[in-house]
Amino acid sequence: MTQMTMIEAIRDAHDVAMGRDEKVVVFGEDVGYFGGVFRCTAGLQAKYGKTRCFDAPISELGIVGAAVGMAAYGLRPVIEIQFADYVYPGIDQIVSEAARLRYRSAGDFTCPLVIRMPTGGGIFGGQTHSQSPEAYFTHVAGLKTVMPSNPQDAKGLFLAAIEDPDPVIILEPKRLYNGPFDGHHDKPIVPWKKHEQGDVAEGYYTTPLGKAAIRRSGNEVTILAYGTMVYVAEAAAEEAGIDAEIIDLRTLLPLDLDAIETSVKKTGRCLIVHEATKTSGFGAELMAQVQETCFYHLESQIIRVTGWDTPYPHAQEWDYFPCPNRVVAALHQLMEE
Amino acid sequence: MSKTAPLSLNVPEPGCRPGDEPDFSDFVVPEAGGVTRPPIDADPNDIRDMAFSIIRVLDNEDHAVGPWAGTLSNDELVEGLRHMMTLRIFDARMMNAQRQGKTSFYIQHLGEEAVSCAFRKALQDGDMNFPTYRQAGLLIAGGYPMTTMMNQIYSNSQDPLHGRQLPIMYSSKEHGFFSISGNLGTQFMQSVGWAMASAISGDTRIAAGWIGDGSTAESDFHAALVFASTYKAPVVLNIVNNQWAISTFQGIARGGVGTFAARGHGFGIPSVRVDGNDYLAVHAVAQWANERARSGLGPTLIEHVTYRAGGHSSSDDPSAYRAKEEVAAWPLGDPIDRLKKHLIKIGAWSDEQHAKAEEEILEQVIAAQKEAESCGTLGHGKVPSPRDMFEGVYETMPPHLVKQRQEAGY
Repeated sequence: MTQMTMIEAIRDAHDVAMGRDEKVVVFGEDVGYFGGVFRCTAGLQAKYGKTRCFDAPISELGIVGAAVGMAAYGLRPVIEIQFADYVYPGIDQIVSEAARLRYRSAGDFTCPLVIRMPTGGGIFGGQTHSQSPEAYFTHVAGLKTVMPSNPQDAKGLFLAAIEDPDPVIILEPKRLYNGPFDGHHDKPIVPWKKHEQGDVAEGYYTTPLGKAAIRRSGNEVTILAYGTMVYVAEAAAEEAGIDAEIIDLRTLLPLDLDAIETSVKKTGRCLIVHEATKTSGFGAELMAQVQETCFYHLESQIIRVTGWDTPYPHAQEWDYFPCPNRVVAALHQLMEE
Repeated sequence: MSKTAPLSLNVPEPGCRPGDEPDFSDFVVPEAGGVTRPPIDADPNDIRDMAFSIIRVLDNEDHAVGPWAGTLSNDELVEGLRHMMTLRIFDARMMNAQRQGKTSFYIQHLGEEAVSCAFRKALQDGDMNFPTYRQAGLLIAGGYPMTTMMNQIYSNSQDPLHGRQLPIMYSSKEHGFFSISGNLGTQFMQSVGWAMASAISGDTRIAAGWIGDGSTAESDFHAALVFASTYKAPVVLNIVNNQWAISTFQGIARGGVGTFAARGHGFGIPSVRVDGNDYLAVHAVAQWANERARSGLGPTLIEHVTYRAGGHSSSDDPSAYRAKEEVAAWPLGDPIDRLKKHLIKIGAWSDEQHAKAEEEILEQVIAAQKEAESCGTLGHGKVPSPRDMFEGVYETMPPHLVKQRQEAGY
């Protein structure tokens, strides 16, 4: 085990994957010589050469489209979209092309492609550097969508994604790059080295896609969260003094429905926390799944605590984020019903 | 306040509409043999004029002339003629099959047969095309079984794509034919990515991207040129300018007074125009561009100047937006007719041989059709099982999809 930040874990995962398999190539805006604006690919070009790690023109459409062609050829491209907010020009290539290639060609061509993108708020990035676009991808048959919440998972899920024969979207919560976040923005960032999930196994390992993790065991309520919100949920459960079970979904598509169902049937209550806007957000899907599978076990309504239905604001960032206070209030509401 | 006149928007219109006399007076047909053939490593700056002329080999007297002539033997030309005839007869049978309700949709190549048939003969096995829906000649000339093509068109029990794709959206990795997308332009970019991968891997195979004149307005086209130019990808980028994007004439997507090929100049990509109805010219230009790519000299942009003589698809009626006489007035003629006349002129073919070949090919197409129809047609049974609908979304079916398949009763 080695102490790593999430950035270091992602960089290490790149290194391990490129060292194992020469078919793994990495490209995107600024990822080559400079090593990416978040430094997730630093040193890779120097180590593996510039035809395996290189800069791309500022064209998300081009980056994804080129990667689809490379994957169809037989390489294992890993691409970085500099911010998740920039992915929209590349959406057609992801949704209509990468996701469907295996299906429409009946396996004649496949698309083993990994698309990484820093996501979410918490770094004062304003409306174009803070969005959480996961629901766009979870709506698409043929994609897998992953969001890690800690360095250990970030590396393991990434290596599993590279190994996966189908396209995988990895949304990396950039607020977690350097340390966990409990929603108290007035506190200094606690680095990963003081958190057990900052312990990352060395070398090659994978964290299976499609499997959730129980971050906190409890019996009174199930909190479904992913990414940054896992820590907000943990803080809220402590502050509320409620015996909450926190499930870190890790993979949103395919979703670990068994883990959700088992937990909600045990606790009888469900709270969903995510950072993205509420309307048609991924929480709506979670609510529907819980309602479909656990209705007769529920002792209260299902509640969502989410970002507001506004564009992501700059100065009001901390008012936008679901904070522990809102989660605590929701927990109390659930327990009173 | 400004005293200038109100501004007005320019909306280009084609030369003629239904009821008008066809007018191609602005279309300059350069002399056959008049365009130089530069070495494959020519400086793109030295051949900029090639984006404004048209490379032609067959002249008005059916002779092959100029520096682009002589890439094919007489036997190869006869083979090319037969490929084009096969594609035309195949199209006619499949259009009829669509009218008979045996499939939902069809797209024919009428007038454009030379483009894909000739290009395919300049490629090597292992090279990869990223075609649009009007390059089935790549398959015909590549020896792909017609019965398999028809199985796909009929979405029948032997459809290699299990009924998941629209008719004519073939896929054959083995035959260098990438799965067709219905979202236009997307595959131009993918062809560059495939070519980059080949270069990264130290391979010797090249890619060919295909796009229609209308779809060059998509951002994918521009992204593809940037990437191809930046990384000197071993790719040949083909624009098929058949004058019409459904009912929209090519002047809408082209913009200004330039040519489609001239767009390559901004990227330093050698860019040429070729007579797309001249089998010999298409082959010669394809061979030149492919050699450039295979020699590590980077991309070439080719504008194939042709004319869509038929409708856009089986769902389209071109008489609603263009003059019927326009087909006959098209200055570059018919590709089959021109090659036939050339072969007769040089003594390598005759009207009798042509008639006999037509009969033979028709028999082959009918035989393939009978075989395909014995495996079912859309709307007449023997379509793939709905169980297939759930397969192949992912390599391994995830639990939620297994559940849905069971819910559907499969």
